[in-house]
Amino acid sequence: MSNNVLVIAEQRGGTLKKVTFELLTAAQQVAGKWGGQVDAVVLGAGVRALAELLAQAGAAKVYVADDPALARYSPDGYAGVLANLVRRVEPAVVLVSATFWGKDLAPRVAAKVKAGLASDATGIEGQDGGRLLVTRPIYAGKAIAKVRINTTPQMVSLRPNSYPPAALEAGRAANVEAVVLDGYQPQAVVTDFVKAGGEKLDVAEANIIVSGGRGMGGSEQYAILEELASVLGAAVGASRAAVDAGWRPHSDQVGQTGKTVSPNLYIACGISGAIQHLAGMKTSKVIVAINKDPDAPIFKVADYGIVGDLFKVVPLFTEEVKKLKAAE
Amino acid sequence: MNIVVCLKQVPDTASKIVVKDGRVLEEGLTWVVNPYDEYAVEEALRIKEKLGGKVTLVTVGPERAKQALKDALALGADEGIHVTDPAFEGVGPYGVATILAAALQKIPYDMIWAGWKGVDLDQGQTAIILAEKLGLPHVSFVTKIDIAPDGKSATVQREVEGGKEVVQTQLPAVFTAQKGLNEPRYASLKGIMAVKKKVIPEWKAADLGLNPDGLGSRKVELVEVVPPPERAAGRVIPGAPEEAAKELVRLLHEEAKVF
Ligand SMILES: Cc1cc2nc3c(=O)[nH]c(=O)nc-3n(C[C@H](O)[C@H](O)[C@H](O)COP(=O)(O)OP(=O)(O)OC[C@H]3O[C@@H](n4cnc5c(N)ncnc54)[C@H](O)[C@@H]3O)c2cc1C
Ligand SMILES: Nc1ncnc2c1ncn2[C@@H]1O[C@H](COP(=O)(O)O)[C@@H](O)[C@H]1O
Repeated sequence: MSNNVLVIAEQRGGTLKKVTFELLTAAQQVAGKWGGQVDAVVLGAGVRALAELLAQAGAAKVYVADDPALARYSPDGYAGVLANLVRRVEPAVVLVSATFWGKDLAPRVAAKVKAGLASDATGIEGQDGGRLLVTRPIYAGKAIAKVRINTTPQMVSLRPNSYPPAALEAGRAANVEAVVLDGYQPQAVVTDFVKAGGEKLDVAEANIIVSGGRGMGGSEQYAILEELASVLGAAVGASRAAVDAGWRPHSDQVGQTGKTVSPNLYIACGISGAIQHLAGMKTSKVIVAINKDPDAPIFKVADYGIVGDLFKVVPLFTEEVKKLKAAE
Repeated sequence: MNIVVCLKQVPDTASKIVVKDGRVLEEGLTWVVNPYDEYAVEEALRIKEKLGGKVTLVTVGPERAKQALKDALALGADEGIHVTDPAFEGVGPYGVATILAAALQKIPYDMIWAGWKGVDLDQGQTAIILAEKLGLPHVSFVTKIDIAPDGKSATVQREVEGGKEVVQTQLPAVFTAQKGLNEPRYASLKGIMAVKKKVIPEWKAADLGLNPDGLGSRKVELVEVVPPPERAAGRVIPGAPEEAAKELVRLLHEEAKVF
């Protein structure tokens, strides 16, 4: 066994996801404390060039599984490749993103190498004795669990936006090792991707979310939130009431049975703040509520609130943001 | 199609979670079928209605978990199996998957359904570990499934950031349900009455040939539970909408520095 931390890089279409750089930050902190090094592994077809970027972001060694057979993601297939690597290089810790991809892949890798996995964590801390103390919200954030993983390796999937992304240091050359596939026979294989309408930013990945609830009154009225979102570079979210009314797709739902999000800014418009909704957004860094009911529970978690009609306040707010952006 | 649905009993999402002495208090919680498992049950029932077959529910849990089986049986499932043993307490996802894998040696299946996660500890692991243990493919976050006419493969849609992935898989396989897959039905009076006549078999560790010590309970260990950090009381910005909107932008820019 080593003191090394292995980061499983997530890429889509040859571009590394931001969360990968966040994993590298978390990995660096742990490896620094234990005197180990941070390594990364990337899988796909035509992904060799990503090794440079991973090295610049701090990976001492980059394992590259670059093969046409990996062009299409397969959870069992990819997990097999990763499990072989983990058995061979024996990292102390394996970090993976808690995205749709990582949540699909991590339990399968963990099961193969019989590792304990702490999923959807928001923090890791390397402790003396080589064990991690992992922080993970439970009951959709209504409580926080601290867990220890008693296996080698220790596996953690880390929620996006939990760490700042690692800075790139130009000129750091990658120490690359090719991973050779051995009898690759995937069972479930992704054959296609159907994009949601337009160039849509997903709420789970956004830094800013503008969210609308039953108070929006209908699907057309979301245009005012779409406009604010485009000015802010934000994603548009929704409460379950809005989703169940058919105004917004399920993929936009924030909350206990929707997505759990931690953006820098969450703007809740016409959302009362039911416990199941709060569960999904309470860890946002800054929360703004716009609601005409001064007693709405959303104001209990909001950093800033405006009591008023959202159809008046939101367009005014959008105009003010535009002015600010124009002045800068 | 023989369809097995893995059911977990969880606290109602409206439950207040009380943390005391580093643990979550169980008293005062209302227990329900995990919401994502409801989508799994509904999908299993729809597939059965279309293709024929049998829907078997399996839950691993203490005595109270029997109610989850009854609730889902009332929707029209054929059989419910309660896998229960004091040795199964707190074994974690790897342990539960090991138990489920042993139980599934005794149940014929063409497909296995589960929820993508339990809304209790939010782990999202059990079903996928189960797939690995059974040597089956899995597809998670399923929002749509089409089964090939020969019943040997399926084309599945799964949710991902910004869209849907289409996945091809052979059967049997493990599928985990995501919201949006379907609209679960409500139990009919007839269904509720029918449950009264059903016998729910109980399977213990010994019935499954399981050694309680080997269930991987200590792979991940709970050190403590703490309440979430309180959010400091915020402030309501007074004034007419024009002034309030302007002040809000100023605060977000200068004080919170979020844009
Ligand atoms: C098992 C389960 C899971 C659930 N999961 C989720 C989940 O994941 N996410 C989720 O969101 N909910 C979830 N819910 C539902 C949750 O309990 C609430 O019903 C829901 O969040 C309410 O949505 P809302 O705030 O948009 O609607 P409401 O509670 O009806 O609130 C609407 C708000 O809009 C305000 N309003 C109306 N008009 C205006 C206006 N013109 N200007 C300003 N304000 C206005 C009102 O004052 C009110 O506060 C779940 C429920 C259950 C039982
Ligand atoms: N004790 C259990 N008994 C039966 N199925 C379970 C159990 N725990 C988890 N599952 C299944 O696995 C899914 C994911 O659960 P979890 O890994 O606990 O988040 C659930 O939605 C259930 O379908």
